[in-house]
Amino acid sequence: MSRSSAIEVVNVSKNFGDYTALDHVDFKIFQNEFFTLLGPSGCGKTTLLRMIAGFETPSSGTLLLNGQEIAQMPAHKRRVNTVFQNYALFPHMTLSQNIAFGLKNLGWDKARITARVGQMLEMVHMEQFAQRKPDQLSGGQRQRIALARALAAEPEVLLLDEPLSALDLKLRQAMRDELRALQRDTGITFVFVTHDQEEALDMSDRIAVMGKGRVQQIGSPKEIYEDPTNRFVADFIGDTNFLEGEVILLDGAKATIRTALGAEITTTHQGLTGPGPATMSIRPEKIGVGDQAEGVVLTGTVRARNYMGGFTHYTVQIGEQTLRLSRRNAHSHQDSLEIGAAVQVGFRESDARVLGQ
Amino acid sequence: MSKAFRFWGLVPAWALMILTLIVPILIVAGVSVAERGAYGGFNWAFDLSSYRQILYTVGWTDELEFDPKYVLIIGRTLLFAGGATLISLLLALPVAYYISQQSSRLKTILLYLVTLPFWVSMIVRVYAWLIILGNDGLLERIYRIFGGADISGFLFTPGAMITGMVYSYIPLMILPVYASVEKIDPALIEASHDLYGGRWTALKRVILPLAAPGLTAGSILVFVPCLGTVLEPMLLGGGKQLMMGTLIQTQFGGARNWPFGAAIAMVLLILVVLTLLLNARRAGRQMEATL
Repeated sequence: MSRSSAIEVVNVSKNFGDYTALDHVDFKIFQNEFFTLLGPSGCGKTTLLRMIAGFETPSSGTLLLNGQEIAQMPAHKRRVNTVFQNYALFPHMTLSQNIAFGLKNLGWDKARITARVGQMLEMVHMEQFAQRKPDQLSGGQRQRIALARALAAEPEVLLLDEPLSALDLKLRQAMRDELRALQRDTGITFVFVTHDQEEALDMSDRIAVMGKGRVQQIGSPKEIYEDPTNRFVADFIGDTNFLEGEVILLDGAKATIRTALGAEITTTHQGLTGPGPATMSIRPEKIGVGDQAEGVVLTGTVRARNYMGGFTHYTVQIGEQTLRLSRRNAHSHQDSLEIGAAVQVGFRESDARVLGQ
Repeated sequence: MSKAFRFWGLVPAWALMILTLIVPILIVAGVSVAERGAYGGFNWAFDLSSYRQILYTVGWTDELEFDPKYVLIIGRTLLFAGGATLISLLLALPVAYYISQQSSRLKTILLYLVTLPFWVSMIVRVYAWLIILGNDGLLERIYRIFGGADISGFLFTPGAMITGMVYSYIPLMILPVYASVEKIDPALIEASHDLYGGRWTALKRVILPLAAPGLTAGSILVFVPCLGTVLEPMLLGGGKQLMMGTLIQTQFGGARNWPFGAAIAMVLLILVVLTLLLNARRAGRQMEATL
């Protein structure tokens, strides 16, 4: 991809006393993309976002915004705006004044500010609320005003710090679509921080999965889900079965692994340098059961069943090993498998992944 | 709750208010329109001459001549009290903000330190300033250490009085200002920086407006006692710069002119009430504005 980068994080580390929040983080965020920093709490994603905003400085390394070094530039000089986690709308100002705040500081003239504020209110469908104060709004409305305020000055990059976490479930889904549409319409680079993998998979062009202060993997949602490069990513994104085993043959991109399942499985590997102990990962939805068992077919016993509506999760024991699998409830009166029943389960070798330790 | 209980339950509160507030004010108001006694004290006879005395002196031929002497004292009182309030405000804001940024343990300790002076008698504390500001006092010695000329005369100046007033009443400013600054969400200050505002913008457009209730409360708590203060003008001002509090005291004391003292006291009371009314009106308008 030869796209120019909006933000370059160059070998950035950040220490708070003895604690290392970011450990040699190095990647690029491209122009006009919806980029997500995803990770569990304490992984460093918020620290990184605050660093781009200008509220933290790196202990080492640097940051570039459109090629210009910004690591030491004060927050108010950066053409970057933030949607804060709890929106941080100014409670003593009307919504119009909130949106105008940044424009005033940039020295825009009155007429231009008025026009822009009107335009932004229209964009988020809040025209009739212009003279209200933030405490007279619902969560979703506050979210919209926070977006309008942050986008008013057309920043080069928009930072979003878990903006959906304060909303209820239904609203969250609607706001995801709105945010995605807003990003496409404005063409502004969005950097979105979340711990919610579903949100990340749904909205992002690319995701950086962060863990323990490092970037574990960067890729499209599909790459991250289907081809995790290490055990951390495979474990954090979605649900999977890990099977410890021994790689007996390594041939270019393919590895042959022997696990407690008995069968030898040959599939794509990540990060292996030679034969030895490794982990195989297979996602529950990629395992077929009964007449859908194909590929490597094994016989086992149903040990547990969880009915989830759209899917039913089963735990099947094969020898010493258990596998979790999910079966789509494609018909309303589909027979479910009884606990204790003997079943055939199977998966394609190409759906399994072998990961280094 | 029965009606009777609601009535009788409030009797102690009413009794306290009437006995300690209403009655004394009525007595002072009564004395202010009474006739001056020949040997101090007063006689119960309606006489407005005490109020007339604030503005006029009676000349040789019984004509009234405007005399700004007391008006000047009232003006000086307002000016000094206002000055002390303004200085307290400017000093208290950074202190309150600093305290609000500390860990909760340190906050408790610092707030405790702010109130610590109240544990010592006011007179003792004001006397301490005599030692600091006086001839060959601490301030002069420090001044000489840094090579200053041999000077004296910090004491018995308006500056000394205002210093003393600021010192005495500044805790009453710091506490309410702290209470309102402490509630400001740090994300709001970050948001103002994020939206291209420097430090000055954050202070002017975010911190000050949000701290306004505390600033107003603190200003009243400092301004009102400064209007009636007696100790600082007497001890640190050397009685050279009369303020209303000292004037009232001398009228009831050495000058033995009770009705005139009472009249000045009534003027002081009216000034205080006016201050409170102005603030109440302002607060009311703000309430309306937010609705």
